[in-house]
Amino acid sequence: MNIVVCVKQVPDTATERKLRPEDKTLDRDAADGVLNELDEYAVEEALRLKEAHGGEVTVLTMGPQKATETIRKALAMGADKAVHLVDDALHGSDTLSTSYALAKVLGTTGFDLVILGSESTDARTGVLAAMLAERLGVPQLTLARKVEVNGSSITIERLTDYGYDKVEGTLPAVVSVVEKINTPRYPSFKGIMAAKKKPVQTLSIADAGIDAGQVGLGAAWSEVAEFAVAPPRAAGTIVTDEGDGGVKAAEFLASKKFI
Amino acid sequence: MSEILVLVEHVDGEVKKVTLELLTLARSLGSPSAVWAGPGYTPEAKARLAEYGAEKIYVADAEEITGYVVAPKAELLAKLVGEAAPGAVLIAATPEGKEVAGRLAIKTDSGVITDAVGVGEGFVAEQSIFGGGVNVKSRVTKGTPIIAVRPNSTAPEPAPAAGAEVQVTVELSDAARGAKIVERVKQEKGARPELTEAAIVVAGGRGVGSAENFALIERLADSLGAAVGASRAATDAQWYPHQFQIGQTGKTVSPQLYIAVGISGAIQHRAGMQTAKTIMAINKDPEAPIFELADFGVVGDLFKVVPQLVDEIEKRK
Ligand SMILES: Cc1cc2nc3c(=O)[nH]c(=O)nc-3n(C[C@H](O)[C@H](O)[C@H](O)COP(=O)(O)OP(=O)(O)OC[C@H]3O[C@@H](n4cnc5c(N)ncnc54)[C@H](O)[C@@H]3O)c2cc1C
Ligand SMILES: Cc1cc2nc3c(=O)[nH]c(=O)nc-3n(C[C@H](O)[C@H](O)[C@H](O)COP(=O)(O)OP(=O)(O)OC[C@H]3O[C@@H](n4cnc5c(N)ncnc54)[C@H](O)[C@@H]3O)c2cc1C
Repeated sequence: MNIVVCVKQVPDTATERKLRPEDKTLDRDAADGVLNELDEYAVEEALRLKEAHGGEVTVLTMGPQKATETIRKALAMGADKAVHLVDDALHGSDTLSTSYALAKVLGTTGFDLVILGSESTDARTGVLAAMLAERLGVPQLTLARKVEVNGSSITIERLTDYGYDKVEGTLPAVVSVVEKINTPRYPSFKGIMAAKKKPVQTLSIADAGIDAGQVGLGAAWSEVAEFAVAPPRAAGTIVTDEGDGGVKAAEFLASKKFI
Repeated sequence: MSEILVLVEHVDGEVKKVTLELLTLARSLGSPSAVWAGPGYTPEAKARLAEYGAEKIYVADAEEITGYVVAPKAELLAKLVGEAAPGAVLIAATPEGKEVAGRLAIKTDSGVITDAVGVGEGFVAEQSIFGGGVNVKSRVTKGTPIIAVRPNSTAPEPAPAAGAEVQVTVELSDAARGAKIVERVKQEKGARPELTEAAIVVAGGRGVGSAENFALIERLADSLGAAVGASRAATDAQWYPHQFQIGQTGKTVSPQLYIAVGISGAIQHRAGMQTAKTIMAINKDPEAPIFELADFGVVGDLFKVVPQLVDEIEKRK
């Protein structure tokens, strides 16, 4: 099975995240870049499927040069090879452009299964997997908490408001995973060493046949008009329970008319 | 005034509160048209949508619209966008709603904005990003603005309108039938308000200690008419079902009041509740990061503080 995992480098949520005043895009230099948390679950699921069914796991990312760190992490977990779409023209791409560019690359790599995280920690739009399924014209098996492949058929449990849906489709397909699906493995020392030698193919937009007019800040279908750092929450009142903590809490709720 | 399409969220024939919010919001932007997708449309549903301002109600109640994952809803909306040329499309920013928005954006060659907490003149959307750290105003610059709006962003207000019904049929493409829903597994919900819609949410974390102890969280919730939520530590331990998880990979809630009990306030948890209007925390560790957000905090043992709080609330009723 030819499995492609889409991974994104995101600013570490533990550091302060910012937009750049000059073009209102994410300031990728302000924070450490890490592999988007949910993408670890996507990589893990791909590795498990490969272990069960054979085949190859390719990591695909679109991002600046420094996103190679993220690629290495996925390779260290056990992915076989990687494709890195990197081009200054991609800077500032919105979800329509990003899905267009990734779909283009997937057209050249081919795939039986594309696996994504269900959401990134920076933009959190949660639309990429659905957009890829739309663009590629393949089944959308998203928000999966369980994935099973049997020959060319694939079944998932899709998380819903009320529980989950059992969903069936056939390969090729696009899958996104939620964090209940597995426990990602830690890269072993051996894995980290091996990752250094694994092939990483770098593509420019021209290499991938991507139309420059469809990507980047200039092509975006939406724009950030303005932004401002949110005023800090006013410091709250913190009391220590001295046998009357519940009463004080009730008084607070009453003062706010909740009771 | 141009039409504003609002995709109706419904369960078992009942219109969800978020739809009433979106209709209220749509009235400030144009003429609201509700779009009903899938079976379950009833006179009661129609009355409810009209009561909250739907001038028109497009009804596509064929079984197959909800028989496959997301794609049929996007095809239905794309057809309506083509025919009605609306000013904008509003969809609830639930995980599924956002997926519908994403596919619709591609089908109609339109921009999409997710997780808006407000929409103003010129369809300028407000977003709160980076866990509430930055406020953004953004707008769609190509095609029809497709905006996924967070539940609890607008207070729903009735404003009776015509509710003129328009039957719609869609010929689904083969691609839209790719992911078939073969079974819906409903996990018990109980009588409490729905998590993403509730005005008050009481959430328990690892500090609660066991599944049995969650009864305490439920008692507090019931005394306030609140929904119950849980941190991932609590759902991972199977003390509470996963659909009640709040955070990065669970539900995003923005209630009027959020009470965190025995929850440390990890960044992934905060991502799901940071936009709550008022936050209260009960935690025995004065250093717990949740206190940084709290409007009111009690440093203490939840097994002492919560029962006393419940008693006080009952007394004051
Ligand atoms: C704060 C902020 C808000 C934004 N809001 C919007 C908006 O409202 N509308 C809009 O159109 N654009 C928006 N963008 C732009 C958007 O972030 C990019 O288009 C982004 O590449 C894809 O969106 P996402 O990360 O939210 O994807 P999601 O759909 O949340 O990500 C899901 C998965 O897609 C995969 N993935 C995402 N990006 C890549 C990548 N570059 N390479 C490989 N795999 C990837 C990963 O597996 C990831 O887990 C926003 C950006 C920021 C920083
Ligand atoms: C990819 C990924 C996604 C994640 N998504 C989510 C998510 O969606 N939601 C989420 O919640 N987490 C999520 N997490 C996990 C998150 O990082 C934290 O581990 C989790 O939120 C911790 O839950 P907690 O606060 O209940 O537990 P802890 O961090 O262990 O905190 C328990 C708290 O209870 C207090 N306490 C203990 N006993 C008592 C007592 N008797 N009285 C009062 N206080 C007491 C302690 O002082 C402590 O502060 C995610 C993590 C990852 C890696």
